[in-house]
Amino acid sequence: MTPTMKMYGKHRFPGRLFIVEGIDGSGKSTQVALLQKWLESEGYVTFFSEWNSSPLVREVTRRGKKKRKLTPMTFSLIHATDFADRTEHHIIPPLKSGALVLADRYIYTAFARDVARGVDPSWVRGLYQFAVKPTLGFYFRISLEEAMKRILGGRDAIKYYEAGMDMKLSDDIEESFRLFQGRIIEEYEKMVSEYGLVVIDASLSIEEQQAQMRQIVLGSLAGTKKTRIRKWVDLNTMVKKVSPK
Amino acid sequence: MGRFEYYGEKGFPEVDLSELKGKLIVIEGTDGVGRSTHAGLLKQWLENTGHAVLDTGMTRSALAGEGLKEAKEGHTLGAVTMTLFYATDFADRLENEMIPALRAGFVVLTDRYIYSLMARALVRGADPEWVRQVHDFALKPDIVVYLRVTIEELITRVVQNAGFNYWESGMDLHLGEDLYDSFVEYQKRLLREFDNMAAQYNFQTIETSPNIEEVFEHIKGRIEPLLRSPR
Repeated sequence: MTPTMKMYGKHRFPGRLFIVEGIDGSGKSTQVALLQKWLESEGYVTFFSEWNSSPLVREVTRRGKKKRKLTPMTFSLIHATDFADRTEHHIIPPLKSGALVLADRYIYTAFARDVARGVDPSWVRGLYQFAVKPTLGFYFRISLEEAMKRILGGRDAIKYYEAGMDMKLSDDIEESFRLFQGRIIEEYEKMVSEYGLVVIDASLSIEEQQAQMRQIVLGSLAGTKKTRIRKWVDLNTMVKKVSPK
Repeated sequence: MGRFEYYGEKGFPEVDLSELKGKLIVIEGTDGVGRSTHAGLLKQWLENTGHAVLDTGMTRSALAGEGLKEAKEGHTLGAVTMTLFYATDFADRLENEMIPALRAGFVVLTDRYIYSLMARALVRGADPEWVRQVHDFALKPDIVVYLRVTIEELITRVVQNAGFNYWESGMDLHLGEDLYDSFVEYQKRLLREFDNMAAQYNFQTIETSPNIEEVFEHIKGRIEPLLRSPR
Protein backbone atom coordinates (compact mmCIF):
# COMPACT_ATOMS: atom_id res chain seq x y z
CA MET A 1 0.00 0.00 0.00
CA THR A 2 1.16 3.50 -0.75
CA PRO A 3 1.99 5.45 2.38
CA THR A 4 0.02 8.66 2.67
CA MET A 5 1.36 12.00 3.64
CA LYS A 6 0.69 13.37 7.10
CA MET A 7 0.05 17.03 7.76
CA TYR A 8 1.41 19.51 10.30
CA GLY A 9 0.20 18.70 13.78
CA LYS A 10 -0.98 15.20 12.84
CA HIS A 11 2.30 13.41 13.46
CA ARG A 12 2.51 11.28 16.59
CA PHE A 13 5.99 10.14 17.49
CA PRO A 14 7.59 9.04 20.76
CA GLY A 15 10.53 11.45 20.32
CA ARG A 16 10.62 15.21 20.88
CA LEU A 17 11.44 18.01 18.49
CA PHE A 18 13.05 21.20 19.78
CA ILE A 19 13.81 23.97 17.33
CA VAL A 20 15.43 27.39 17.50
CA GLU A 21 14.64 30.42 15.39
CA GLY A 22 15.85 34.00 15.14
CA ILE A 23 17.72 36.29 12.81
CA ASP A 24 21.43 35.92 12.12
CA GLY A 25 23.38 37.13 15.12
CA SER A 26 20.67 36.26 17.64
CA GLY A 27 22.86 33.56 19.19
CA LYS A 28 20.40 30.72 18.59
CA SER A 29 23.04 28.32 17.24
CA THR A 30 25.17 28.74 20.36
CA GLN A 31 22.13 28.06 22.50
CA VAL A 32 20.98 24.95 20.66
CA ALA A 33 24.53 23.54 20.77
CA LEU A 34 24.63 24.04 24.55
CA LEU A 35 21.20 22.44 24.89
CA GLN A 36 22.42 19.39 22.99
CA LYS A 37 25.52 19.08 25.22
CA TRP A 38 23.31 19.09 28.28
CA LEU A 39 20.80 16.56 26.92
CA GLU A 40 23.64 14.22 25.90
CA SER A 41 25.25 14.53 29.31
CA GLU A 42 21.91 13.61 30.85
CA GLY A 43 21.95 10.43 28.77
CA TYR A 44 19.36 11.26 26.11
CA VAL A 45 19.74 10.25 22.50
CA THR A 46 19.88 13.44 20.48
CA PHE A 47 19.96 14.19 16.81
CA PHE A 48 20.91 17.54 15.33
CA SER A 49 19.55 18.86 12.06
CA GLU A 50 20.57 22.07 10.39
CA TRP A 51 18.71 24.27 7.90
CA ASN A 52 19.65 23.84 4.27
CA SER A 53 21.81 20.78 4.71
CA SER A 54 20.41 17.88 2.72
CA PRO A 55 23.12 16.49 0.42
CA LEU A 56 20.54 15.99 -2.30
CA VAL A 57 19.63 19.63 -2.65
CA ARG A 58 22.84 21.25 -1.43
CA GLU A 59 24.51 21.21 -4.81
CA VAL A 60 21.53 22.75 -6.60
CA THR A 61 21.11 25.43 -3.95
CA ARG A 62 24.80 26.22 -3.99
CA ARG A 63 24.82 26.52 -7.76
CA GLY A 64 21.70 28.67 -7.77
CA LYS A 65 23.07 30.98 -5.09
CA LYS A 66 26.47 31.28 -6.70
CA LYS A 67 25.02 32.23 -10.05
CA ARG A 68 22.35 34.35 -8.37
CA LYS A 69 19.73 32.54 -10.36
CA LEU A 70 17.22 32.15 -7.56
CA THR A 71 14.00 34.14 -7.65
CA PRO A 72 11.68 34.45 -4.62
CA MET A 73 9.63 31.45 -5.81
CA THR A 74 12.53 29.14 -6.68
CA PHE A 75 14.31 30.20 -3.48
CA SER A 76 11.19 29.21 -1.57
CA LEU A 77 10.68 25.90 -3.36
CA ILE A 78 14.31 24.76 -3.24
CA HIS A 79 14.40 25.31 0.52
CA ALA A 80 11.12 23.44 0.92
CA THR A 81 12.63 20.58 -1.08
CA ASP A 82 15.68 20.54 1.15
CA PHE A 83 13.47 20.58 4.21
CA ALA A 84 11.29 17.75 2.86
CA ASP A 85 14.38 15.61 2.28
CA ARG A 86 15.59 16.27 5.81
CA THR A 87 12.12 15.60 7.23
CA GLU A 88 11.96 12.26 5.46
CA HIS A 89 15.54 11.24 6.26
CA HIS A 90 16.72 13.08 9.38
CA ILE A 91 13.72 14.16 11.39
CA ILE A 92 10.99 11.53 11.20
CA PRO A 93 13.20 8.42 11.63
CA PRO A 94 14.89 9.64 14.86
CA LEU A 95 11.55 10.89 16.21
CA LYS A 96 10.04 7.47 15.52
CA SER A 97 12.91 5.86 17.40
CA GLY A 98 12.19 8.06 20.40
CA ALA A 99 15.18 10.40 20.06
CA LEU A 100 15.31 14.11 20.82
CA VAL A 101 15.71 16.02 17.60
CA LEU A 102 17.21 19.51 17.69
CA ALA A 103 16.92 21.81 14.71
CA ASP A 104 18.76 25.04 14.06
CA ARG A 105 16.09 26.92 12.07
CA TYR A 106 12.84 25.32 11.02
CA ILE A 107 9.83 26.12 8.83
CA TYR A 108 9.44 29.54 10.46
CA THR A 109 12.71 30.61 8.83
CA ALA A 110 11.13 29.89 5.47
CA PHE A 111 7.92 31.69 6.38
CA ALA A 112 9.85 34.77 7.49
CA ARG A 113 12.32 34.90 4.60
CA ASP A 114 9.96 33.98 1.79
CA VAL A 115 7.28 36.41 2.88
CA ALA A 116 9.94 39.11 3.25
CA ARG A 117 10.72 38.35 -0.41
CA GLY A 118 7.11 38.90 -1.43
CA VAL A 119 5.88 35.30 -1.54
CA ASP A 120 2.27 34.85 -0.45
CA PRO A 121 2.14 34.03 3.30
CA SER A 122 -0.62 31.43 3.05
CA TRP A 123 0.97 29.75 0.05
CA VAL A 124 4.29 29.22 1.79
CA ARG A 125 2.54 27.95 4.92
CA GLY A 126 0.66 25.48 2.76
CA LEU A 127 3.87 24.32 1.15
CA TYR A 128 5.19 23.12 4.52
CA GLN A 129 2.04 21.25 5.60
CA PHE A 130 4.06 18.01 5.68
CA ALA A 131 6.34 19.31 8.45
CA VAL A 132 6.32 17.82 11.94
CA LYS A 133 5.02 20.28 14.51
CA PRO A 134 7.80 20.97 17.03
CA THR A 135 7.38 20.08 20.69
CA LEU A 136 8.87 23.48 21.47
CA GLY A 137 9.91 26.30 19.21
CA PHE A 138 12.24 28.92 20.69
CA TYR A 139 12.44 32.38 19.18
CA PHE A 140 15.53 34.39 20.10
CA ARG A 141 14.40 37.98 20.10
CA ILE A 142 17.06 40.58 19.49
CA SER A 143 17.15 44.12 18.17
CA LEU A 144 18.44 44.66 14.68
CA GLU A 145 21.18 46.98 15.99
CA GLU A 146 22.50 44.37 18.43
CA ALA A 147 22.42 41.61 15.78
CA MET A 148 24.28 43.83 13.32
CA LYS A 149 26.98 44.56 15.87
CA ARG A 150 27.51 40.85 16.55
CA ILE A 151 27.62 39.91 12.88
CA LEU A 152 29.86 42.69 11.70
CA GLY A 153 32.22 42.10 14.61
CA GLY A 154 32.40 38.37 14.03
CA ARG A 155 31.99 36.83 10.63
CA ASP A 156 33.90 38.05 7.59
CA ALA A 157 31.18 39.15 5.25
CA ILE A 158 27.45 39.25 4.90
CA LYS A 159 26.29 36.93 2.14
CA TYR A 160 24.29 38.05 -0.88
CA TYR A 161 21.00 36.23 -0.15
CA GLU A 162 21.25 36.71 3.63
CA ALA A 163 21.32 40.42 2.97
CA GLY A 164 18.38 40.12 0.60
CA MET A 165 20.48 41.71 -2.15
CA ASP A 166 18.25 39.93 -4.69
CA MET A 167 15.45 42.21 -3.49
CA LYS A 168 17.28 45.30 -4.74
CA LEU A 169 16.43 47.17 -1.56
CA SER A 170 19.75 48.95 -1.60
CA ASP A 171 23.06 48.71 -3.46
CA ASP A 172 24.89 48.85 -0.15
CA ILE A 173 25.07 45.33 1.31
CA GLU A 174 24.96 46.49 4.93
CA GLU A 175 21.98 48.72 4.31
CA SER A 176 20.25 45.96 2.34
CA PHE A 177 20.89 43.53 5.20
CA ARG A 178 19.41 45.98 7.66
CA LEU A 179 16.25 46.49 5.60
CA PHE A 180 15.78 42.83 4.78
CA GLN A 181 16.42 41.51 8.29
CA GLY A 182 14.06 44.18 9.58
CA ARG A 183 11.30 42.68 7.46
CA ILE A 184 12.21 39.23 8.72
CA ILE A 185 11.91 40.36 12.34
CA GLU A 186 8.42 41.68 11.58
CA GLU A 187 7.46 38.28 10.21
CA TYR A 188 8.91 36.44 13.22
CA GLU A 189 7.03 38.68 15.61
CA LYS A 190 3.75 37.81 13.86
CA MET A 191 4.51 34.11 14.23
CA VAL A 192 5.13 34.22 17.98
CA SER A 193 1.41 34.06 18.73
CA GLU A 194 0.42 32.27 15.52
CA TYR A 195 2.61 29.26 16.37
CA GLY A 196 3.07 29.68 20.11
CA LEU A 197 6.82 30.23 19.90
CA VAL A 198 8.66 30.56 23.22
CA VAL A 199 10.41 33.92 23.26
CA ILE A 200 13.89 34.10 24.73
CA ASP A 201 15.40 37.53 25.33
CA ALA A 202 18.63 37.20 23.35
CA SER A 203 20.13 40.28 25.00
CA LEU A 204 20.52 38.35 28.25
CA SER A 205 23.77 36.57 29.07
CA ILE A 206 24.41 33.24 27.37
CA GLU A 207 24.16 31.47 30.73
CA GLU A 208 20.82 33.04 31.62
CA GLN A 209 19.31 32.16 28.26
CA GLN A 210 20.55 28.59 28.50
CA ALA A 211 19.17 28.18 32.02
CA GLN A 212 15.75 29.33 30.80
CA MET A 213 15.85 26.96 27.84
CA ARG A 214 16.82 23.98 29.95
CA GLN A 215 14.07 24.62 32.43
CA ILE A 216 11.45 24.81 29.70
CA VAL A 217 12.77 21.75 27.86
CA LEU A 218 12.83 19.77 31.09
CA GLY A 219 9.07 20.18 31.29
CA SER A 220 8.53 18.20 28.11
CA LEU A 221 10.96 15.34 28.61
CA ALA A 222 8.69 13.11 30.70
CA GLY A 223 8.29 9.71 29.08
CA THR A 224 11.27 9.97 26.75
CA LYS A 225 13.99 7.36 26.62
CA LYS A 226 17.53 7.67 27.86
CA THR A 227 20.15 5.61 26.11
CA ARG A 228 21.67 2.50 27.63
CA ILE A 229 24.33 2.32 24.95
CA ARG A 230 27.55 4.17 25.61
CA LYS A 231 28.73 6.51 22.93
CA TRP A 232 31.25 5.16 20.44
CA VAL A 233 34.11 7.18 21.92
CA ASP A 234 33.58 5.44 25.23
CA LEU A 235 33.40 2.06 23.51
CA ASN A 236 36.61 2.87 21.70
CA THR A 237 38.51 3.54 24.88
CA MET A 238 37.09 0.37 26.38
CA VAL A 239 38.25 -1.65 23.40
CA LYS A 240 41.72 -0.13 23.66
CA LYS A 241 41.93 -1.00 27.33
CA VAL A 242 41.10 -4.66 26.86
CA SER A 243 42.98 -5.32 23.63
CA PRO A 244 46.47 -6.79 24.16
CA LYS A 245 49.53 -4.69 23.30
CA MET B 1 -8.86 35.59 -24.51
CA GLY B 2 -7.94 37.91 -21.66
CA ARG B 3 -4.74 38.27 -19.72
CA PHE B 4 -3.03 35.32 -18.12
CA GLU B 5 -4.06 34.13 -14.67
CA TYR B 6 -2.56 31.87 -12.06
CA TYR B 7 -4.44 28.87 -10.72
CA GLY B 8 -4.05 30.30 -7.22
CA GLU B 9 -4.46 33.80 -5.93
CA LYS B 10 -0.82 34.73 -6.26
CA GLY B 11 2.10 33.55 -8.29
CA PHE B 12 5.46 35.12 -8.96
CA PRO B 13 5.97 38.36 -6.99
CA GLU B 14 8.17 39.88 -9.68
CA VAL B 15 6.02 39.12 -12.73
CA ASP B 16 3.47 41.51 -14.26
CA LEU B 17 0.87 39.32 -15.97
CA SER B 18 -0.45 42.12 -18.15
CA GLU B 19 2.89 42.10 -20.01
CA LEU B 20 2.50 38.53 -21.24
CA LYS B 21 1.41 38.54 -24.87
CA GLY B 22 2.15 35.05 -26.19
CA LYS B 23 0.18 31.80 -26.06
CA LEU B 24 0.80 28.85 -23.79
CA ILE B 25 0.14 25.39 -25.22
CA VAL B 26 0.54 22.29 -23.10
CA ILE B 27 0.81 18.71 -24.32
CA GLU B 28 0.00 16.22 -21.57
CA GLY B 29 -0.39 12.49 -21.27
CA THR B 30 1.17 9.42 -19.72
CA ASP B 31 4.48 7.91 -20.79
CA GLY B 32 4.79 6.53 -24.29
CA VAL B 33 1.71 8.27 -25.62
CA GLY B 34 3.62 10.16 -28.30
CA ARG B 35 3.79 13.55 -26.64
CA SER B 36 7.25 14.45 -27.88
CA THR B 37 6.46 13.29 -31.42
CA HIS B 38 3.45 15.56 -31.56
CA ALA B 39 5.23 18.43 -29.85
CA GLY B 40 7.89 18.20 -32.57
CA LEU B 41 5.29 18.18 -35.33
CA LEU B 42 3.45 21.08 -33.75
CA LYS B 43 6.57 23.18 -33.50
CA GLN B 44 7.30 22.65 -37.17
CA TRP B 45 3.75 23.49 -38.17
CA LEU B 46 3.59 26.60 -35.96
CA GLU B 47 6.86 27.92 -37.32
CA ASN B 48 5.77 27.22 -40.89
CA THR B 49 2.65 29.27 -40.23
CA GLY B 50 4.70 32.19 -38.90
CA HIS B 51 4.77 31.78 -35.12
CA ALA B 52 7.89 32.03 -33.03
CA VAL B 53 7.99 28.93 -30.79
CA LEU B 54 9.71 28.09 -27.55
CA ASP B 55 9.54 24.37 -26.92
CA THR B 56 10.39 23.01 -23.51
CA GLY B 57 9.91 19.93 -21.38
CA MET B 58 10.33 18.58 -17.86
CA THR B 59 13.61 18.33 -15.94
CA ARG B 60 15.49 20.56 -18.30
CA SER B 61 15.86 23.63 -16.13
CA ALA B 62 19.22 25.23 -15.61
CA LEU B 63 18.68 25.30 -11.87
CA ALA B 64 17.48 21.87 -10.84
CA GLY B 65 17.68 19.79 -14.01
CA GLU B 66 21.06 18.25 -13.26
CA GLY B 67 20.25 17.68 -9.62
CA LEU B 68 17.09 15.85 -10.59
CA LYS B 69 18.98 13.53 -12.91
CA GLU B 70 21.47 12.76 -10.15
CA ALA B 71 18.73 12.19 -7.61
CA LYS B 72 16.89 9.81 -9.90
CA GLU B 73 20.07 7.84 -10.47
CA GLY B 74 20.46 7.43 -6.73
CA HIS B 75 16.75 6.56 -6.22
CA THR B 76 16.81 8.49 -2.97
CA LEU B 77 13.82 10.78 -3.28
CA GLY B 78 10.90 10.44 -0.90
CA ALA B 79 7.43 11.30 -2.18
CA VAL B 80 7.16 14.79 -0.70
CA THR B 81 10.75 15.68 -1.57
CA MET B 82 10.32 14.46 -5.12
CA THR B 83 7.15 16.52 -5.54
CA LEU B 84 8.88 19.66 -4.31
CA PHE B 85 12.03 19.07 -6.33
CA TYR B 86 10.02 18.74 -9.52
CA ALA B 87 7.97 21.79 -8.55
CA THR B 88 11.19 23.79 -8.07
CA ASP B 89 12.44 22.74 -11.45
CA PHE B 90 9.10 23.62 -13.00
CA ALA B 91 8.97 27.04 -11.29
CA ASP B 92 12.44 27.79 -12.60
CA ARG B 93 11.44 26.90 -16.16
CA LEU B 94 8.17 28.78 -15.95
CA GLU B 95 9.70 31.95 -14.56
CA ASN B 96 12.99 31.98 -16.45
CA GLU B 97 12.07 30.42 -19.81
CA MET B 98 8.36 30.37 -20.47
CA ILE B 99 7.33 33.72 -18.98
CA PRO B 100 10.10 35.70 -20.75
CA ALA B 101 9.08 34.00 -24.03
CA LEU B 102 5.43 34.86 -23.43
CA ARG B 103 6.44 38.42 -22.71
CA ALA B 104 8.20 38.48 -26.08
CA GLY B 105 5.06 37.21 -27.81
CA PHE B 106 6.17 33.63 -28.47
CA VAL B 107 4.00 30.56 -28.62
CA VAL B 108 5.28 28.46 -25.74
CA LEU B 109 4.86 24.76 -26.36
CA THR B 110 5.55 22.58 -23.37
CA ASP B 111 5.76 18.82 -23.26
CA ARG B 112 4.11 18.16 -19.85
CA TYR B 113 3.09 20.75 -17.27
CA ILE B 114 1.97 20.67 -13.65
CA TYR B 115 -0.57 17.92 -14.38
CA SER B 116 2.13 15.27 -14.85
CA LEU B 117 3.82 16.47 -11.69
CA MET B 118 0.56 16.35 -9.76
CA ALA B 119 -0.32 12.88 -11.09
CA ARG B 120 3.07 11.54 -10.04
CA ALA B 121 2.70 13.03 -6.56
CA LEU B 122 -0.84 11.72 -6.13
CA VAL B 123 -0.03 8.12 -7.04
CA ARG B 124 2.71 8.32 -4.42
CA GLY B 125 0.23 9.15 -1.68
CA ALA B 126 0.70 12.90 -1.35
CA ASP B 127 -2.29 14.79 0.00
CA PRO B 128 -4.46 16.04 -2.94
CA GLU B 129 -5.16 19.46 -1.44
CA TRP B 130 -1.48 19.98 -0.68
CA VAL B 131 -0.48 18.91 -4.18
CA ARG B 132 -2.96 21.31 -5.75
CA GLN B 133 -1.78 24.18 -3.60
CA VAL B 134 1.94 23.57 -4.16
CA HIS B 135 1.40 23.90 -7.93
CA ASP B 136 -1.07 26.75 -7.96
CA PHE B 137 1.58 29.34 -8.89
CA ALA B 138 1.35 27.97 -12.45
CA LEU B 139 -0.15 30.02 -15.24
CA LYS B 140 -3.42 28.70 -16.60
CA PRO B 141 -2.48 27.54 -20.12
CA ASP B 142 -4.48 28.62 -23.14
CA ILE B 143 -4.98 24.98 -24.02
CA VAL B 144 -4.09 21.60 -22.56
CA VAL B 145 -4.02 18.89 -25.19
CA TYR B 146 -4.38 15.60 -23.37
CA LEU B 147 -3.23 12.66 -25.43
CA ARG B 148 -5.02 9.65 -24.06
CA VAL B 149 -4.43 5.97 -24.60
CA THR B 150 -5.94 2.82 -23.18
CA ILE B 151 -3.69 0.93 -20.80
CA GLU B 152 -3.42 -2.01 -23.25
CA GLU B 153 -2.23 0.29 -26.04
CA LEU B 154 0.19 2.05 -23.72
CA ILE B 155 1.89 -1.17 -22.63
CA THR B 156 2.31 -2.34 -26.20
CA ARG B 157 3.94 0.95 -27.17
CA VAL B 158 6.36 1.13 -24.30
CA VAL B 159 7.46 -2.46 -24.68
CA GLN B 160 8.06 -1.92 -28.39
CA ASN B 161 9.87 1.38 -28.01
CA ALA B 162 12.07 1.92 -25.02
CA GLY B 163 11.66 -0.93 -22.62
CA PHE B 164 10.92 -0.28 -18.98
CA ASN B 165 12.57 2.50 -17.08
CA TYR B 166 12.76 2.41 -13.30
CA TRP B 167 10.87 5.61 -12.61
CA GLU B 168 8.32 5.20 -15.33
CA SER B 169 7.55 1.84 -13.79
CA GLY B 170 7.11 3.46 -10.40
CA MET B 171 9.40 0.82 -8.90
CA ASP B 172 9.90 3.02 -5.87
CA LEU B 173 6.27 2.26 -5.02
CA HIS B 174 6.75 -1.54 -4.96
CA LEU B 175 3.46 -2.09 -6.72
CA GLY B 176 4.20 -5.45 -8.29
CA GLU B 177 6.51 -8.42 -8.10
CA ASP B 178 8.42 -7.52 -11.20
CA LEU B 179 9.00 -4.62 -13.57
CA TYR B 180 6.09 -5.59 -15.79
CA ASP B 181 3.44 -5.85 -13.05
CA SER B 182 4.74 -2.73 -11.41
CA PHE B 183 4.65 -0.80 -14.68
CA VAL B 184 1.09 -1.86 -15.47
CA GLU B 185 -0.20 -0.95 -12.02
CA TYR B 186 1.67 2.37 -11.97
CA GLN B 187 0.46 3.43 -15.40
CA LYS B 188 -3.12 2.45 -14.49
CA ARG B 189 -2.96 4.72 -11.48
CA LEU B 190 -1.44 7.57 -13.45
CA LEU B 191 -4.09 7.22 -16.12
CA ARG B 192 -6.79 7.41 -13.44
CA GLU B 193 -5.28 10.64 -12.08
CA PHE B 194 -5.09 12.18 -15.55
CA ASP B 195 -8.69 11.23 -16.28
CA ASN B 196 -9.77 12.84 -13.00
CA MET B 197 -7.94 16.03 -13.90
CA ALA B 198 -9.35 16.17 -17.44
CA ALA B 199 -12.66 17.69 -16.38
CA GLN B 200 -11.30 19.71 -13.50
CA TYR B 201 -8.69 21.48 -15.64
CA ASN B 202 -10.58 21.56 -18.91
CA PHE B 203 -8.28 19.27 -20.90
CA GLN B 204 -8.87 18.87 -24.61
CA THR B 205 -8.82 15.09 -24.72
CA ILE B 206 -7.65 13.37 -27.88
CA GLU B 207 -7.81 9.60 -28.07
CA THR B 208 -4.59 8.55 -29.73
CA SER B 209 -4.18 5.81 -32.27
CA PRO B 210 -1.20 4.38 -34.13
CA ASN B 211 -2.05 6.71 -37.02
CA ILE B 212 0.14 9.71 -36.22
CA GLU B 213 -1.11 11.91 -39.09
CA GLU B 214 -4.71 11.43 -38.04
CA VAL B 215 -3.99 12.28 -34.40
CA PHE B 216 -1.98 15.32 -35.44
CA GLU B 217 -4.87 16.62 -37.57
CA HIS B 218 -7.09 16.43 -34.47
CA ILE B 219 -4.53 18.37 -32.46
CA LYS B 220 -4.22 21.06 -35.11
CA GLY B 221 -8.00 21.35 -35.19
CA ARG B 222 -8.05 22.16 -31.49
CA ILE B 223 -5.19 24.63 -31.63
CA GLU B 224 -6.09 26.62 -34.75
CA PRO B 225 -8.91 28.71 -33.20
CA LEU B 226 -6.62 29.66 -30.36
CA LEU B 227 -4.01 31.09 -32.71
CA ARG B 228 -6.56 33.31 -34.41
CA SER B 229 -7.89 34.94 -31.25
CA PRO B 230 -5.88 37.92 -29.99
CA ARG B 231 -4.75 38.19 -26.39
